[in-house]
Amino acid sequence: MQIIQPHYHAIARTAQDYERMAMSGVVAVCEPAFWAGFDRRYPETFIDYFAQISEFEPTRAAEFGIRHYCWVAVNPKEAENKELTNEVLRQMPEFLEKPTCLGVGETGLHKSTQNEIDALQAHVEIAIKHDQLVLIHTPHLADKAHGTKTVLEVLAGMDVNPDKIWIDHVEEQTIESVLDAGYWAGMTLYPVTKCSPRRSVDILEKYSNERLLVNSSADWGPSDPFTLQESIVEFRRRGHSLQEAVEIYHNNPCRFLGQNPKWDIKPITISEE
Amino acid sequence: MLSPQKNLDTYFLEARRDLLEVAAMLDRYDRSVEKEGKKADDESRLNSLIEALALLSKKEHPESNRTEQLLVHFAKVS
Repeated sequence: MQIIQPHYHAIARTAQDYERMAMSGVVAVCEPAFWAGFDRRYPETFIDYFAQISEFEPTRAAEFGIRHYCWVAVNPKEAENKELTNEVLRQMPEFLEKPTCLGVGETGLHKSTQNEIDALQAHVEIAIKHDQLVLIHTPHLADKAHGTKTVLEVLAGMDVNPDKIWIDHVEEQTIESVLDAGYWAGMTLYPVTKCSPRRSVDILEKYSNERLLVNSSADWGPSDPFTLQESIVEFRRRGHSLQEAVEIYHNNPCRFLGQNPKWDIKPITISEE
Repeated sequence: MLSPQKNLDTYFLEARRDLLEVAAMLDRYDRSVEKEGKKADDESRLNSLIEALALLSKKEHPESNRTEQLLVHFAKVS
């Protein structure tokens, strides 16, 4: 089965991940800009990072036949540094022109501070100005419900096209409000702190799947790129057809990401010969 | 042995995850009942889980043997 990994932090992972993902059917990964585990001090560090994910990482993925795309943003944790954020935002548009850059992300909220909200608004404004897709991070654990509500309130006050916005890391307590507002919703599968593969399939069975994305967001912390494949196995185990799986784990990412013409992987239909 | 606080800090998130999986399993059962319009012919495993949760919900366990109690409890269900 062909699989798209819509949210994956490749720079934090080894080439073995690429190799094993390729062997499991992954044909493309998308790498949003994220927190490095420490607060970067210089805008130039971000610029090098953006170059890494837009220029170098596609070559590493290509070694294994995987297409690599990226997103650029200042993540919410570092958005507390307003001076740094503003300077990175000033230079960010040049990276939106890169042939594998799909949009602005992951922006969003962490502790839902005013600085984070200001940065989220600034990112979305840039996306609107440059007609870009937006990937929005929602907070973890205890901050999730409040942070997601705040994200929705911020977006409601802006002239956004919900078709072009993916709100990520939804769980059972937040998914309904995201879908009701017309946005795409992403489930991130972590071993401990986010949604699980089985719960993701529960959610897929409960809600209309048209605007749902599933990803593993594997990074430098406790995470596993193959939680995505666990979700697929669970989905199929419950009797859903191969085509239904393809619709969710391959075609839905194509439908959302394909709004950017740089994404040229098309939805596929499984032949029943 | 870890300190009481360190125990909570170390294992809380994993326990949270495991309880969420139990909750999701029970929700999954309810939805299947709703979809099929009937309960499982044998609900003894469901009842066993609910009883186990009741056992866990008691805060005081002077012998600190919840695990042993659950194993004995689950042994009643094939």
